[in-house]
Amino acid sequence: MLMKDLFKKPGNKLESDEQKPKTPSIPDELCVSCPSCSKAVFKAELNESFGVCPSCGHYFKIGARARIDMIADKKSFVEHDAKLTSTNPLAFPEYDEKLEKAKKESKEREAVVTGVCRIGGYPCALFVMEPRFIMGSMGRIVGEKITRLFEYATKKSLPVVGFTVSGGARMQEGILSLLQMAKVSGAVKYHSDAGNLYVAVLTNPTTGGVTASFAMQGDIIIAEPGALIGFAGPRVIEQTILQKLPPNFQRAEYLLQTGFIDGIVERKDQKDYIARILKLHSRGVS
Amino acid sequence: MGAYDKVLAARAKGRPTAVDFIKNIFTDFVEMHGDRRFGDDKAVVAGIAMLGDVPVTVIGLEKGHDLKEKVMRNFGSAHPEGYRKALRQMKLAEKFGRPIVCFVDTAGAYCGVDAESRGQGEAIAENLYEMMTLRTPIVSIFIGEGGSGGALALAVADEVWILSNAFYSVISPEGCASILWKDAKKVREASECLKLTAEDLLWLGAVERIIEEKEDFADVYKNIYFLLIEYLDKYYKSQEKDKEKLLDEMLKKRYKKFRKIGEVS
Repeated sequence: MLMKDLFKKPGNKLESDEQKPKTPSIPDELCVSCPSCSKAVFKAELNESFGVCPSCGHYFKIGARARIDMIADKKSFVEHDAKLTSTNPLAFPEYDEKLEKAKKESKEREAVVTGVCRIGGYPCALFVMEPRFIMGSMGRIVGEKITRLFEYATKKSLPVVGFTVSGGARMQEGILSLLQMAKVSGAVKYHSDAGNLYVAVLTNPTTGGVTASFAMQGDIIIAEPGALIGFAGPRVIEQTILQKLPPNFQRAEYLLQTGFIDGIVERKDQKDYIARILKLHSRGVS
Repeated sequence: MGAYDKVLAARAKGRPTAVDFIKNIFTDFVEMHGDRRFGDDKAVVAGIAMLGDVPVTVIGLEKGHDLKEKVMRNFGSAHPEGYRKALRQMKLAEKFGRPIVCFVDTAGAYCGVDAESRGQGEAIAENLYEMMTLRTPIVSIFIGEGGSGGALALAVADEVWILSNAFYSVISPEGCASILWKDAKKVREASECLKLTAEDLLWLGAVERIIEEKEDFADVYKNIYFLLIEYLDKYYKSQEKDKEKLLDEMLKKRYKKFRKIGEVS
């Protein structure tokens, strides 16, 4: 697979709905400025470096489709429940507009993409959360899609690999969002009780109700370097204790040190790492 | 009463807390301490008691009464060791075939450096995960504030009941107002939008029963006592061989109950 194909998006129905401009337009941003070292980085260059700044090693946020291309064997990903999308169950003000905007910005229908694929030849179920969709927040449909994926994986005795990025439960769906934590946890438990593997990969940021449920329920939990992982966000904690937090607090390196994750794996190594884990779990004694 | 009035009532000074419910509904309560990992979180009260003539495990998120006790209880906001202490007692309940009754009253799991460094998210996640398949009946009663994940960590239950002036929400109305409208003063509006009152929760399928509050809480305690006896009766009366079948059905129903929240066809 050519490196330049790594970040190419697979076909997406939402995109085809949009009218293509007749004349080719010049991209707004040929290069972006790195939020960490402020150096200008060519987008093409960024694509080849797995979305990692070539100068300082900063991890740019990347979308669900780009991640799937990075992790799944070429052409192996088959999406599940692609049409599911949120409505506004509590008629929460401004939520409809927010959903519309999120769909446009992310070109996705929800904050998670689920399906099955192969990684290094090993079949698995895969979910990848989408940071551009209301901060990867979990409403009913996110919960539903992940629950369905675990139920499917239980039925087919497949391991689940999941990439998390989330601001937590989506408050516009109120208690229905909160209860998704219990719903997904239940599906994870039954998947686990049936003897199946679940590998969680925590990316920046993973917080709130997602941390307090399926992000922390993996048999193996790894994180990307520097990823913020916590229950309460750092701002909330600072407001509660009225103190500045130490710089590495709630970062992946801190969680590794305190014993809450199994390892930190760089983006470029993740596919090989996961393939190896799947291989190590490919044959049990029973 | 508007939604925000109920929020205020749920937080009102002098409102009975978890220990009051425990004291007035059960007898022979023996408190158990500690999570065997880190320490003893006083925001969680846990132990064994008699419900009429049968033993049950009782767990409560306790806010405390006077200021001194409130500080000692961390105002009912538990650290990870509190949730782990609760889970330890729940596992013992499963071992000895005791039903579990939880009293939920918390603004939320504590947000602090220590809580985070000891794995607040992991502790809550573990409770949700384990409670779903715990082979003993669980009843959770919301008696005041039901603040987000910190409340849910004691509420993956077969039956969730709520007092008529208690609430249960994904986020505090203050938090919601300040995030969405950058204005913490819009709490009234946020309280309405979040659909956090007992009636809304019943309608949304988040709770199974509303327990009407009376002027005199003695009536509320009595009511809860009889409701618990009534609900748990079949588990006590069942013969050994029927019991496993009953518990299998109970677990299936517990999963389905949460499964259907936000289910789409």
